[in-house]
Amino acid sequence: MFTDTSICIGCKACEVACKEWNQLPGNEPEYRNDSFDNTGELDAQNWRHVKFIDRVPEAPMTTGNGQAWLLMSDICKHCQHASCMEVCPTNAIIRTEFDTVYIQPDVCNGCRDCIAACPYGAIGFNPKDGLAHKCTFCYDRLQANMPPACAKACPTQSITFGPLRELHKKADERVATLRAQGYDQAQLYGRDASVYGGLNAFFLLMAEPEVYGLPNARNAVLPRRNNRGGYLGVLVSAALAMVAGIVALRRRGSDTLQDTTPGEGS
Amino acid sequence: MTNHWRDIKNADLILINGANPAEAHPVGFQWFMHAKLDPTKGPGRGGGAKIIHCDPRFSRTSAVADIYVRIRTGTDVAYFGGLINYVLQHNLQHATYVAHYTNASFVVKEGYGFHDGLFSGYDPATRTYNPASWAYEKGPDGFALRDMSLQHPRCVFQLLKAHYARYTPEVVSEITGIPVEDFLKIAAVVGEMGRPDKVMTIVYAVGLTHHTTGSQLIRSGAVLQLLLGNMGRPGGGMNAERGHANIQGNTDHAISWEILPGYLAVPLPGDDTIDAYIAKHAPKKLDPHAWNFFGTNYKKFLVSLLKAWYGDHATPANDFAYAYLPKPEGNCSWLSIYDAALRGKMEGIILSGMTATSIGPDSNQVLQALARLKWLVVMDAFPTTSSEFWHAPGMDPTAVQTEVFLLPTTHWIEKDGSFTNSGRWVQWKEQVLPPQGQARHDHWILADLLHRVRDLYQREGGAFADPVLKLTLDYKDPLHPTLDELAQEINGKDLTTGKRLATFAKLKDDGTTSAGDWIYTGSYPEKGNLAKRRNGVQDPAANDPTGMGFYPEWAWSWPLNRRVMYNRASADLDGRPWDPKRPGIVWNGERWVGDVPDYPPTMSPHDPNAWLPFIMTGEGVGRLFSNSLLDGPLPEHYEPMESPIVNPLHPAVSASPVAFLYDRAAGRLDRFGTPDEYPIVATTYRLTEHEHYVTMQIPRLVQLQPEPFVEMPAGLARERGIANGDWVRVRSKRGMIEVRALVTNRAGQLDLGGKKVWQVGIPIHWGFIGVAAEKHPDRAQHWLANALTPFVGDANARTPEFKSFLVQIEKVS
Repeated sequence: MFTDTSICIGCKACEVACKEWNQLPGNEPEYRNDSFDNTGELDAQNWRHVKFIDRVPEAPMTTGNGQAWLLMSDICKHCQHASCMEVCPTNAIIRTEFDTVYIQPDVCNGCRDCIAACPYGAIGFNPKDGLAHKCTFCYDRLQANMPPACAKACPTQSITFGPLRELHKKADERVATLRAQGYDQAQLYGRDASVYGGLNAFFLLMAEPEVYGLPNARNAVLPRRNNRGGYLGVLVSAALAMVAGIVALRRRGSDTLQDTTPGEGS
Repeated sequence: MTNHWRDIKNADLILINGANPAEAHPVGFQWFMHAKLDPTKGPGRGGGAKIIHCDPRFSRTSAVADIYVRIRTGTDVAYFGGLINYVLQHNLQHATYVAHYTNASFVVKEGYGFHDGLFSGYDPATRTYNPASWAYEKGPDGFALRDMSLQHPRCVFQLLKAHYARYTPEVVSEITGIPVEDFLKIAAVVGEMGRPDKVMTIVYAVGLTHHTTGSQLIRSGAVLQLLLGNMGRPGGGMNAERGHANIQGNTDHAISWEILPGYLAVPLPGDDTIDAYIAKHAPKKLDPHAWNFFGTNYKKFLVSLLKAWYGDHATPANDFAYAYLPKPEGNCSWLSIYDAALRGKMEGIILSGMTATSIGPDSNQVLQALARLKWLVVMDAFPTTSSEFWHAPGMDPTAVQTEVFLLPTTHWIEKDGSFTNSGRWVQWKEQVLPPQGQARHDHWILADLLHRVRDLYQREGGAFADPVLKLTLDYKDPLHPTLDELAQEINGKDLTTGKRLATFAKLKDDGTTSAGDWIYTGSYPEKGNLAKRRNGVQDPAANDPTGMGFYPEWAWSWPLNRRVMYNRASADLDGRPWDPKRPGIVWNGERWVGDVPDYPPTMSPHDPNAWLPFIMTGEGVGRLFSNSLLDGPLPEHYEPMESPIVNPLHPAVSASPVAFLYDRAAGRLDRFGTPDEYPIVATTYRLTEHEHYVTMQIPRLVQLQPEPFVEMPAGLARERGIANGDWVRVRSKRGMIEVRALVTNRAGQLDLGGKKVWQVGIPIHWGFIGVAAEKHPDRAQHWLANALTPFVGDANARTPEFKSFLVQIEKVS
């Protein structure tokens, strides 16, 4: 699956098609003060979510082309190296015959480790059934040789579905065209192995990944390795804290109390 | 549309004014993207078509446009006028096309003039024009005089040039708020489109029509397209994006007050016979080489319509029952109906498929109008703001004398029938779900009503009963006609053989043919309902042989399955396409091939009697100058009725001098605000997540846009101490709404010759009915966006000025 944000019109047809096909009732309507986004995030009810990142300048004339009001239809990336699979204790999360990442509802025990592990916030918890849910890549449609509902519904071909090799070629051409037109920040995200071994749902972005709230290649590391670093960090912190505590104890009494400024929220 | 959705893929440049296709027509918008992603299209050396979106708001269309430019709402005549001037000053027009395919060479009568904002023939007492002086000078043969050198001081070309010379980039900037240098960047790209190997389309929607100058706003774009030689060509044209799925079909079948089906005029008092009616309304032949197809056949179309309606009761002896047609004296537009109700002159109103409370301007005044009716019938699939108006928040039910009936009707998904899309494609659809509960089809309710009225006439008699009693209802079950039967009736037939006709060329004025709407004749011939055809992209090579996207066996397109109107103008004087890569029709030595020709199929371009290219007009050519509108022969910029500035072109005639002022005429107080009280320019609009008012009942769509808001510029919000998400009160002279502030630079400030003005946008979808209203009953009373809009309309069509008005905004504490 290839999502080209430079031609996304933010119509949310993907969101609605996803809910219709997968019979997701959606959340209570809530106005979110966030541009035209009232969905908020990927969760158990929203497996597609269009982000609206408003960077429109005040000027009377502006270039659009997907880089002033950044519209990005987000989805589970179906990572080659999937953090959720790494941490799932019951092996509920499997890789399917289509190379997608799928949560088996009958095996999921609702521990939510995958929700914590996913760097994209793609998984949500449904309190009604007590299970974790996310995009299935329309597993049932794929089995019937149909494209996922979001790709089918997308009116501008911003979301396209097909063999990865073909999509990679198409994406390479599109990004080359955009760069030739002077859009220096146009880039592919997840096209190669630099993030999580490559993403089966990859993107053409019109700005750095961080602008869209996506980890860049430096930050995209699996939880296992992350944890090793984390454990190390904890050990170092603990050692430093001990030293600091000793220092503080030795200094006690010799210091005068400094004026404290109340915090803004107090 | 002169062209059609798929055809937009053929354009090099796409101008979008008064439209937001990415949001209002996301599926049609794919063709804009096809053009953009096609490296063979585009200005200069190509690399993809360019999209220029000129709009009061940076919308989701702007998000993918190559250029977005902010314009003050209601000033597009100045924008297009400035482009016309730029093209003429730099000699960028398509010279051959202008000389031969437009009325540039036609000489206008002495006595025509334009001074200080007024065209000749103005009567200030009645606020109307006498258009007698907007006519051509005629020779002894009765035809218009022409000067093919275009040098005659009174030829249209010279008048046009003089008229638009005032629209300098500086003046355009002062009116529109577009900086001079930005305007010139756009003009340079547009100017390139006069080359025969380039083509531009203009796309517009209700952002142009919803103004007191709406008709002229559209004409100004059409004039530019004629000058650039883009009318009639694939990838060109003047393309109206219509509202919901069948609004084009509505218009074709005469939902508008001034037309009969097929754009025939509604007869007026004094048009006592068919011949008198034809003499007044049918276009006159003005050039020996003009076919004047419409004028020549007008009578055939009318008589065939009367035969469809009155059958055997329409005979040569009774002038084909022409006397049965109403000849309304007064204006019968939407505004006039509710104005009459307000004056207590309306007994009752039947609403079908619309909610007057929400769709009309100045909704507080509309609510008063509804409260003065004796009865109101609402035919709808859901309760609406009209069916529930009598107990709406803020209304006193004891003060409402109206008896309200809600008749549940089927939704379109519960019936078959056709949709006619913006591109004039008539597409048949099947019933998806059976009707639920007691819901009935709208046309069955009307058939039932007609039979009951007939029974009453038959039993009790009454004045002039024949127009009702003699209607023909040639259906298997007249109480339940099928839409298939109606489609056949609309197509029409040869009454001598009983066979359905394949073309309107066979219609006659002797009463031997019928057609419910002549432009649809050919949609349902003997071989079947062509609107059902689906030979599409499953085999492009077979189904689109020219590769131009005509797909002639996908559904059916009026007229005669023609995909691009005026397509004779896509070829040069010798019948070769202006751009061989983008042919419309081509003369192959024997006949015209390609699209269905808008021309006699075997008429050689070298025939000394060859018709001129625009066969529908009396001139035979496209009209740069036209006497067919009530407010002037050339589009001129007039300010909206509520405007932050005085018209820099002619301060004494700032707004339209002929827009009808209902409140004043009825003796009510004016309800227009002034910029000192209401300094902020406002416009209304629709969101992609909702369709008008009906989707307020659809939970999944309410989730996407749950609450109403005003899109306001960050600078204005700072000035007023308003934060994103605050509740604010937006007031106009007529009413107020209380909604959320959506603070963004997508709305902004305008610099009008040094005067800084804020501009905001208000989506229309909310009211006191629907999922969101149930959640916030206390707030929903003030959610009707049209509480703000003015009760005034276009000088011609009377379409309300929803898109330009003045407001004040403050935070709700």
